[in-house]
Amino acid sequence: MPTLNLSGAMRLLVLVAVFVAGVWSQSSGVIDDFIFYIPDIQYLAVQHLWLTAISGSLAIIVAIPLGTLLSRPSMEKVAESAMQVLNVGTTIPTLAVLALSMSFLGIGTVPAVFGLFVATLLPITRNTYTGLKGVSPALKEAAAGIGMSPTQRLLRVELPNALYVIFAGIRTALAINVGTVPLAFLIGAGGLGELIFTGIDLYDPVMMLSGAIPTALLAIVVDMLIAVSAFLLVPRGVNPSRA
Amino acid sequence: MIRLDNLTKVFDTPKGAVTAADHISMEVPSGEICILLGPSGCGKTTTLKMINRIVRPTSGKVFINGEDTTSLDTQDLRRNIGYVIQQIGLFPNMTIEENITVVPKLLGWDKAKYRERAREMMRMIALEPDAFLKRYPSELSGGQQQRIGVARALAADPPVMLMDEPFGAIDPINRAVIQDEFLKMQQDLKKTIMFVSHDIDEAIKMGDRIAIFRAGKLVQYSEPDELLAAPKNDFVESFLGEDRALKRLNLVKVRDLASDEIGLVRPDDTLETALKRIEEYGYQNSIVMVNDKRQPVGIINAAVARTTKGHCRDHFQSVPVVVSLDDDLRKVASLMFANDMTWVACVDNDGRIVGQITQRAITHHLGSRYRTHSRDQATLDAAASLSPADKE
Repeated sequence: MPTLNLSGAMRLLVLVAVFVAGVWSQSSGVIDDFIFYIPDIQYLAVQHLWLTAISGSLAIIVAIPLGTLLSRPSMEKVAESAMQVLNVGTTIPTLAVLALSMSFLGIGTVPAVFGLFVATLLPITRNTYTGLKGVSPALKEAAAGIGMSPTQRLLRVELPNALYVIFAGIRTALAINVGTVPLAFLIGAGGLGELIFTGIDLYDPVMMLSGAIPTALLAIVVDMLIAVSAFLLVPRGVNPSRA
Repeated sequence: MIRLDNLTKVFDTPKGAVTAADHISMEVPSGEICILLGPSGCGKTTTLKMINRIVRPTSGKVFINGEDTTSLDTQDLRRNIGYVIQQIGLFPNMTIEENITVVPKLLGWDKAKYRERAREMMRMIALEPDAFLKRYPSELSGGQQQRIGVARALAADPPVMLMDEPFGAIDPINRAVIQDEFLKMQQDLKKTIMFVSHDIDEAIKMGDRIAIFRAGKLVQYSEPDELLAAPKNDFVESFLGEDRALKRLNLVKVRDLASDEIGLVRPDDTLETALKRIEEYGYQNSIVMVNDKRQPVGIINAAVARTTKGHCRDHFQSVPVVVSLDDDLRKVASLMFANDMTWVACVDNDGRIVGQITQRAITHHLGSRYRTHSRDQATLDAAASLSPADKE
């Protein structure tokens, strides 16, 4: 059983590495330095999550209807060009979006939420559009052929079948969102960016990391939350993870 | 009853207007299956889809049970027409039960009623309700999915069904099974069905009537036997294939051609008698021996009868080949070829011999129908060419 031995050895190696790292951090006093920032981390993490929550939910509320609208047959002529505009929008760096929104809306939470909203909007819209366009024509024809109205077709057939793709868009978008919130500090909206950028400015790696590590953890947690809700909300028959 | 009245569809394409269906007029009597048959792009699917307005007619009318559907609301119209498509189109996000009950729900049935209906439909298509109702389409085989597709179309008990190559995506063995099941269901249900196919054999098997399409026009609309016996023109003839006479074998039952004259011997008869009867009835090789209930027990070989003396009961061989009155001629012909026989004994449901069917009778039937029809048709065509009126 060579594979078992190998994985056993790996596990041992990891345990040793963790132990050594623990010894080192304890002896060098890094842990105490981190503990010093815990109250800051708590306060800023809540602020960080608020920014994500507000901008993220606004984006979801706007993007899904927008994507749905663009996917309707009546919009066929304008949909592709509209999607092109959105694609071009995605290529603008988030920092530039934040800077632009600051020049119109001033500093503080409002321009930050707006900037984050714009950055989050695009992946969700695109996935909603693509997901709905990807629903098999046979399904749409069957739905029409048995006498569903256009609204019933959308709600009972098209959206449920596109839901997995839409959730994938939300997942990407919110991961980007959480990772982008630190930039919002630069236009005065707070968040964990405060520790990161101040840490960089002060050449204080511990301060910088006490912003960066929680940011990364938040991104992972948010991603997992979305994954779990996708698992629970997408109907079993069209949910690859529940097949 | 479905009646199409000058139904026409013109598609505007970048290359100009294309007439997909050109003044199609036809009528399907209640309880019959009408097969729309033809090569790709001949307008059969367009014609079918104009009935439930998946394709909007450019002009013309559709009557269902005598009622002009033009004034009906599209949703109402479709909810009263069963619709089965080749891609099956079960909703993957719904369970089998939800799929089957979709139309009853749209029609506002109450819960107890539509749930019971789902179980009833499952029994009808011979799938165990408890095992399947809570499953999802992706967990079923293609054949099972299409059975569910048919069940969904039948759930609200619509008088009319439209089927667009419903069994086209199923492997040949399962297809034959589903076709048989469907025909059996249809015997009880008596729906009026329009059925698109490009498979001539399927059309002959399933259809009470067959409509042949070509380039947007209805070329011939006849019963299958009529169609095979008397193709209207070269196109229909080539579409049906060189072996169309053989295809007719499927359509004729032994009952139709069997004669009740058959030479038999009993165990007590002498071989001499057997030989005499063989010659009397013109059999080449053998004669059937029956017991007191006229059930076949063996055959007496002519060669044996000629060279041996004694009673039949001591010299018979093997159980003879027999066919039932309800078998089709295809099976008979196949048995004749396989056993090098020119006649086969026919038995009734109790296994008693009631007559025989001969190769001569079969060839005569196929040949004579074809000859008379082509003559009649020639006269008809000549008459038609004189008057410009459309004779459909």
